[in-house]
Amino acid sequence: MFGLANPQKFMAFTRPLQPVLWLLAVGLLAVGTWLSFAAPADYQQGDTVRIMFVHAPAATMGLGAYAALGVASLFALIWRHPLADAAARAAALPGAAFTALALITGSLWGQPMWGTWWVWDARLTSVLVLFLFYLGYMALRASIDDEQKAGRAAAVLALVGLINLPIVKFSVDWWNTLHQPASLLRAGGSSLDPAYLWPLLTMMAAYGMLFGAIWVTAIRTEVTRRRVLSLRARAAMEA
Amino acid sequence: MKALTILWRRELALAWAGGGGPLLACGFFLTLTALVPLTVGGAPEALTPLSGGVAWLALALASTLSLERLFERDFEDGALDLIALGAAPLELVVVAKAKAQWLAVGVPLAFSAPVAAIALGLPAALAPLTVLTALIGSLGFALTGALGAALALGSKRGGLLIAVVVLPLYIPPVVFGSGALARAVDGADPWPAVALLGAYVLFAAVITPFAGAAAIRNAQG
Repeated sequence: MFGLANPQKFMAFTRPLQPVLWLLAVGLLAVGTWLSFAAPADYQQGDTVRIMFVHAPAATMGLGAYAALGVASLFALIWRHPLADAAARAAALPGAAFTALALITGSLWGQPMWGTWWVWDARLTSVLVLFLFYLGYMALRASIDDEQKAGRAAAVLALVGLINLPIVKFSVDWWNTLHQPASLLRAGGSSLDPAYLWPLLTMMAAYGMLFGAIWVTAIRTEVTRRRVLSLRARAAMEA
Repeated sequence: MKALTILWRRELALAWAGGGGPLLACGFFLTLTALVPLTVGGAPEALTPLSGGVAWLALALASTLSLERLFERDFEDGALDLIALGAAPLELVVVAKAKAQWLAVGVPLAFSAPVAAIALGLPAALAPLTVLTALIGSLGFALTGALGAALALGSKRGGLLIAVVVLPLYIPPVVFGSGALARAVDGADPWPAVALLGAYVLFAAVITPFAGAAAIRNAQG
């Protein structure tokens, strides 16, 4: 794994990996979508249950991408690998997009099921805070001109966010039990029928592959971009 | 140690002087409070359940106000480079600055918090609890805020950026602080919430010095 910290080795390794990831992502997405529509309609929720297959994997990947961002930031801070910094930078936007997708689809699901677009439920609030963490990371990164300094400052913030995320989650859960909202989520709904489990698992795998494909492509683009920048700088020096 | 004491006095003097740091923060705090009944309606039965929460919201927002100047001023005129060269480790410098920020902004805000909360309908008997939780909470705001201010060093859009970075991190103290007041209003025991608030502040006191010093070193390059 540490051998991949060398940008050249990384580029050589991911050149064949990138199309494989994209193929897997597209294939699994196609199969998962087909399975999602083939699954029977829920006896209570009707066809809206299918939103779950888009919503749940997006929420999982939103959280997973933040973990990837945090770990990449840790590597970038400790070993000062430019590649780890590129990986952190590349994880932020897709992660924020997955989180936003989870929030939007959750809202669309909530409207027919709960009769409201948004409830201040602990889970919804936590995911919204996760989105705000992404926003802060990207805002900090974008507002410092020196790229190296921006990367380092953003890495510190990502790590602080990673440590704080469980605390925020705990405080939001505590706040939720304090307020005792009308329980809209059905209790015991977690035991999923196999008819729904398989499409869900396929979609989870598809989203995982999709994030992997986007991430690897973004890192490769970033490495190439930096190469172009340094080549340009060298050309300007020689001229 | 002597260097730190001198630095701390300097910070306190700077925070108090020049445009009245504490007065300005308290003015902002009370203006926010005054806007609440004007936006949601002045009926006491509607305001009383909101009073503790609104006071905490205003406290959190007012605490972010002067963060922009905390390091940026010294960073721009080179004083921060001199301080970094000095005897005191940068970690303790961050703590000294956060403590001065707390004394100059947080403590005055904590004492105006019950005024705002009671004006909105909080039972007057809860004033001591409001001051206590606001004192603890504003220390947490100052510590976490100092980290945000250190991270935003050298950026072009200080104030708003610090707010976007720092406010999500303010969620636990806001939840526990307003939760303590909400529990007290309901007649429940507020101390578990106060204890959790204290735990958050201790946690922030561990994270801020190291992360803040790392951010300053990075900005100085």
